Amino acid sequence: MKIAVCLKRTPDSESRFRIAGSGSAIDETGLKFDIDDFASYAVEVALQINEKQAPGETVAFAVGPDAVQETLRKAMSMGVDRAVQLKTDAPTYDGLAIAKALAAELKAGGFDLVFFGKHAFDTSGGIVGTATAELLGVACVTSASKLEIASGKGTARRELEGVAEIVEFSLPAVVTIDEGIARPRYPSLKGIMAAKKKPLETKPAQLGQPRVTVKGMSLPPDRPPGRIVGEGVAAVPELVRLLRSEAKVL
Amino acid sequence: MPNILVFAETRGGALRKVAFETVSAARALVDANGGGQVHALCAVPSGGAGLAEQLGKHGADVVLTAENPGFANYAREAVAATVAARAKSGGYRAVLVSFSAQGRDLAPRLAAKLDAPVAADVTEIRIAGDSVVVKHPVYANKVIATLQLDGPLVVLSTRPGAFPVTETPRTATVESLAPASDPSAEKVVVKEMQEGGKGKIDLGEAPVIVAGGRGLKAPENFKLVEDLAAAFGNAAVGATRAVTDEGWRPHSDQIGQTGRQVSPQLYVAVGISGAIQHLAGMRSSKTIVAINKDKEAPIFKVADYGIVGDVLEVVPALTQAVREAKASG
Repeated sequence: MKIAVCLKRTPDSESRFRIAGSGSAIDETGLKFDIDDFASYAVEVALQINEKQAPGETVAFAVGPDAVQETLRKAMSMGVDRAVQLKTDAPTYDGLAIAKALAAELKAGGFDLVFFGKHAFDTSGGIVGTATAELLGVACVTSASKLEIASGKGTARRELEGVAEIVEFSLPAVVTIDEGIARPRYPSLKGIMAAKKKPLETKPAQLGQPRVTVKGMSLPPDRPPGRIVGEGVAAVPELVRLLRSEAKVL
Repeated sequence: MPNILVFAETRGGALRKVAFETVSAARALVDANGGGQVHALCAVPSGGAGLAEQLGKHGADVVLTAENPGFANYAREAVAATVAARAKSGGYRAVLVSFSAQGRDLAPRLAAKLDAPVAADVTEIRIAGDSVVVKHPVYANKVIATLQLDGPLVVLSTRPGAFPVTETPRTATVESLAPASDPSAEKVVVKEMQEGGKGKIDLGEAPVIVAGGRGLKAPENFKLVEDLAAAFGNAAVGATRAVTDEGWRPHSDQIGQTGRQVSPQLYVAVGISGAIQHLAGMRSSKTIVAINKDKEAPIFKVADYGIVGDVLEVVPALTQAVREAKASG
């Protein structure tokens, strides 16, 4: 299978975030960046499919400034064959513009499957994958937590709100990957060495004039400090009283 | 101001709470900008006209019903085509959907079909001249981004729970709409729906959530969480990632950064220490109660009310007390 995996580079989700001096971005000083978790599941799923159904090719794509090259190398160290950077000056919040750049690049690529994470930790919008599928005019399955590909068809499981949906679709298709589907492998030393020699192509991304721009970023107001009502079973009556008379939720 | 088109989400032909939230949000937005109409579109197998009263109650002026047996489930391609075709017919400033499972799928499709700027998971919307300005929590709710969207028509998905359901009753006009593509000829075909359990309240809809963590010590002790939820009567049961990874509860119950993000009226955290990934999924709840044996647990920093103690003793006592409080009315 020829599989494309579209990656995003995001900071470690456990980081403490500060706002940059510009007021419209986070301060990246000291933050550790990596392949976004969901995209790393997508890489793993792609590699597993191509290991089972050889011969195949797995190609990683990322839209962004040169910092994404490190992310693409990481994917190649996991086993991705080659990578393409669609270069921009800075990250953008215009998800449709990113989808257009990716779709223009993927269109002639002859991919059977295009994978994305179901969303990325930073914006959690989940726009780019589905919009790319629409622009390519192919089937799109979002949030797949199980995936099987056999004889030109795919079957996926999607965990929805209290319901699981099993869907069937024909290839080519875009699938966005949920967690729980596969545990991403760690790059081996051999993989890291090999990745240095794998091709990483850089092309300008055609983003056009962005129509979604960041006007500002701020930290959310803290919750008022919590209070301990008491200890053990003895505190239950007071808790119930507060839930009734103060919080009015009982 | 011009009109707003809302996708009024249904499941099994019935409107979901998020439909009322998006209709209410659209009503508030047009009213704050000199008035305009709210058009609510539902894609249902049949009986669309019967939804008009409920949608009118929350501020819809026009209810557009697309009926086809293929809309028994969310038919992604036909719904997107139908909403986009209507949006293209003109006169709309924005298309609003919920940032629910359906809306997450729908909003980017609409943006691509309409070539319209899109923002997801928004918690505030205002019109500023020729732009639409929204707030969108990012980095697992640790940062709030203010985004400006420039275009005559924009697509927005609203965060469930962020917009209050309001009543601004009116008699909605019903207009029937032909599906813009055949919902039974989709590229993606739903083969099966597995219900999470009959009568179960979804985490996104429940006014009360009782969630359990590793402090419960063993899967069988989740019964205590279920009992407490049952005592409230209107509660759903959630879990931490540690618990779903252990297989004590299904993954669909997971609340947190990589699971569901919820904001109920009341969130009761049972034996949950409050890892940052968990807090990311529930810290916007209105009232938070925490029961945990470790008084240093981070959950107590966000909990409005905390009890330090053994959950195996405190929770049954609380269940009994809630039952009594409910019984006394």
